[in-house]
Amino acid sequence: MEIPILKKREYLIASVQAALTDQDLVGLRDKLVTLVGEHRSSGVILDVTGMDVMDSFSVRTLQDLAYMIRLRGAVTVIVGIQPDVAFSMIQLGLRLHGVPTALDLEEGLNYLDSRQGTRKSFPYVS
Amino acid sequence: MSHNASDIGSGVSEGSLSQADTNGSACETRIPISGVEDIVKARQQGRALAHDLGFSLTQATLIATAISELARNIVLYAKDGEIVIARKNRQAHTGIMVSAIDHGPGIENVRHALMSGYSSSGGLGLGLPGVRQMVDEFEIHSQPGDGTQVTTTMWLK
Repeated sequence: MEIPILKKREYLIASVQAALTDQDLVGLRDKLVTLVGEHRSSGVILDVTGMDVMDSFSVRTLQDLAYMIRLRGAVTVIVGIQPDVAFSMIQLGLRLHGVPTALDLEEGLNYLDSRQGTRKSFPYVS
Repeated sequence: MSHNASDIGSGVSEGSLSQADTNGSACETRIPISGVEDIVKARQQGRALAHDLGFSLTQATLIATAISELARNIVLYAKDGEIVIARKNRQAHTGIMVSAIDHGPGIENVRHALMSGYSSSGGLGLGLPGVRQMVDEFEIHSQPGDGTQVTTTMWLK
């Protein structure tokens, strides 16, 4: 499945619009890690509104994605986790450690914009 | 490997259905699992049945997530197997039963595999303990060299 990735200012926006296989998600991770360098992006927004479930594999892969992108000098924010998906994650004991999240695309952009001011002095956020 | 899939499958149904079960097998769906696409297919079919039975969106997502974990275990450890999804009735209650059946290597130490934090595939180790935590009934039978059957039930509340 091809996941559309848009470039907006210095950000990349990837929108998951349907259920993904494990391979789709790993492919997306690798693509974003590469694209962030090609476009010299400072932030990545991953919109997971269309993801039907977040199980242990998807959560681990999203966490890896965010960490790999951080190693490349950019920040990932995950947006669009639906209420039922959030509930299932908690039931399953899954945590997205150290990965910023926001309600939706707009809040994701706000989050990245708000980080821009502090970026020059200290690009690393834990 | 002496059993075939249908032998074990019917054994599970008989063992876990109560006397009040009437049409437990009437809408039984068997989904062969041999690759990552099948994980998605199985959880989508489970979600559809949960929805048809009247489960809420949140419960349907829980069921789909549990199926995803169980189906992935099949792909990771046994390479192939099947997910069986069926409606279950007990007295006035309606539920959904999900079984994961494989003839893979089996689990050496089931108690170990149910401890959170344990994983032999480098995963998060949340698969089986997590699934057990999210369903109403959980049963596991595993024989090293002979395969694994996990049967879970969620009741409509």
